[in-house]
Amino acid sequence: EKLGLGRPALPEEVAAWDKDVRPDGLGLPDGSGSVEDGEMIFADSCAVCHGDFAEGVGNWPKLAGGANTLDHADPLKTVGSYWPYLSTTWDYVHRSMPFGDAQTLSADEVYAIVAYILYSNDLVEDDFVLSKENFLEVEMPNADGFIVDDREETELPLFTAEPCMENCKDTVEVTMRAAVLDVTPDIGEEAAAETPAEAEVAEAAPAAEEPPAAETAALDPEMVAKGEKVFKKCKACHQVGEGAKNRTGPVLNGVFGRTAGMVDGFKYSKVMAAAADDGLVWDHETLSAYLENPKAYLPKNKMSFAGLKKEEDRAAVIAYLRSFD
Amino acid sequence: AGDPLITEIQPWAQGLGEGVDATPYGLPIKYEGDVVRRNVEWLTADTISSINFTPIHALDGTITPQGCAFERHHSGAIELRKEDYRLMINGLVDTPLVFTYADLERFPRVTRTYFLECAANTGMEWAGAQLNGSQFTHGMIHNMEYTGVTLRTLLEEAGVKPEGKWVMVEGADASSNARSIPLEKAMDDCLVAFKANGEALRMEHGYPVRLCVPGWEGNMWVKWLRRIEVGDKPWESREETSKYTDTLEDGTSRKWTWVMDAKSVVTSPSPQMPITHGKGPLVITGLAWSGRGAIARVDVSVDGGKNWKEARLAAPGQDMALTRFYLDHDWDGSEMFLQSRAIDSTGYVQPTKTQLREVRGLNSIYHNNCIQTWWVKPSGEAENVEVS
Repeated sequence: EKLGLGRPALPEEVAAWDKDVRPDGLGLPDGSGSVEDGEMIFADSCAVCHGDFAEGVGNWPKLAGGANTLDHADPLKTVGSYWPYLSTTWDYVHRSMPFGDAQTLSADEVYAIVAYILYSNDLVEDDFVLSKENFLEVEMPNADGFIVDDREETELPLFTAEPCMENCKDTVEVTMRAAVLDVTPDIGEEAAAETPAEAEVAEAAPAAEEPPAAETAALDPEMVAKGEKVFKKCKACHQVGEGAKNRTGPVLNGVFGRTAGMVDGFKYSKVMAAAADDGLVWDHETLSAYLENPKAYLPKNKMSFAGLKKEEDRAAVIAYLRSFD
Repeated sequence: AGDPLITEIQPWAQGLGEGVDATPYGLPIKYEGDVVRRNVEWLTADTISSINFTPIHALDGTITPQGCAFERHHSGAIELRKEDYRLMINGLVDTPLVFTYADLERFPRVTRTYFLECAANTGMEWAGAQLNGSQFTHGMIHNMEYTGVTLRTLLEEAGVKPEGKWVMVEGADASSNARSIPLEKAMDDCLVAFKANGEALRMEHGYPVRLCVPGWEGNMWVKWLRRIEVGDKPWESREETSKYTDTLEDGTSRKWTWVMDAKSVVTSPSPQMPITHGKGPLVITGLAWSGRGAIARVDVSVDGGKNWKEARLAAPGQDMALTRFYLDHDWDGSEMFLQSRAIDSTGYVQPTKTQLREVRGLNSIYHNNCIQTWWVKPSGEAENVEVS
């Protein structure tokens, strides 16, 4: 019956991948973290999308608030108002966050972040410390708010009657029109705007042998094309080009050659504002150093990004950004 | 004078076309450049964690080409080489195992066609008619012929212990999407797939290996499948508690609403596919599907549900796969309120929006399988509407 394919998984391999945590606490590692520590880690690693108080930024998820809204129109579903198990928060933060830098948080850091999210939802006091030991004692407000799929009992009897075929109703009136809301994307002109052939050119652009000299006048189109690919890593937070707007990160048009921290309407971190006051200018050298390791270059800045470790990637993305000067 | 396209020699009839190898992997001709996936920007914060929509309005038949089949990523589509691929089975098994891609190719293989529908498909329409086009209202779906190994085969290779009742399936990308599946379903028809429509999966659909969970919501079809853990209880991951749960009017929420209810939509005419030929013969066509079995019948109404006609199925319905239907109609040029109604092999009849709202309220987000209405005007243009 068994084919003898595959090989036994080694214990260290299982340990490396089996990180999931269940509501009964199965899988929780030893460790602990305080609300106080969590506030700092959250500000560094999470606030860029989820806000300093877990209130959410733009369309990114709100993690706090929404108590007693589940039976209202447009309920606000957060860890506090909706999530039935605390283990889910721990598990998700540990395995899937921060966005773009996943699986880098230590167990203690995750305990601290989860403690801070609980605090943001007014579920614990500011001196609370979450640990493996007290984890199962935390009560989640909506723990009893779920029922197992009951469609078979509640819906199937209603939706299995022989359907009417003729003269099923007297009148048909329009009660709602999509054109009134007008939220459909405009699809008139975009067709074939970006042909697959162009994408293939970018794909095929060979990696640059070495980065261009710091202040070359003309941009190498191959480098720009390669940089556009590298920029995919940045697009979660940054926009560049015509119509670009501030998102999680500031718009990057004209970033090359200008003083740091100068985009209108973007709320920079204190350290970025201070660096700007000190005269930090984004040239090839400073941008490259920043992009190599954002957290080391400017500790406590908002950019939650692991960095571009390859010199050629940094040079390419800088060339790409320069094409929007 | 006759039609110059006939009476005059055309360039393509005189000169030469492209040679073989002009496109080693062929793409649609440029004139079909508008048959593409599209997203709705305001829906999500960013395209890295987002969804787009299959251009179902412009397709026919039932198989969705991979190149325009909708995408849903939680941390972006990753590039994972076959050589770097590993699949682990651990937990309550006799022997935790690791398979390479080459190992998977040596197990007995099966080929099956299934639809994959996102639980949020049509979710924007709960509160009212919103989006003008079947691509946007119903395009979070695709239907492919998958080739792979049954999950049962792999689980039996590892040996499930008697106390094992659930499996957790996890992806290799940064989102680590994890879903709990009852062992019964895992042993029934789930498929660990490495080919779709005859060729390798596309990166955006989980290359090199994804899971198929026939008839159940798309989020469970974990892409870049890297681990299957057997346990005695469900995991209650983020995607099965905070998301993919359906809040009812009183504030309680249904969980484990895995199966996709029977559903259908007229794909043409529709807002993106206006009638341009005036009155007379008109092909009304659409898609129907059910997560509980096969489509048995589809009815079409041109008067907003007053009267219905049984449509013609392109082929007999197949379990958990898309079915194409046609109604050959003689359009008199007056306005129509086009609807379709699917009936599956269990006798389930696709409900109206009103019927669904009476049971579920407006806050469910997911699993909206109501009857859709297109208001086709005498001009041939169509609009997404709700009717009494």
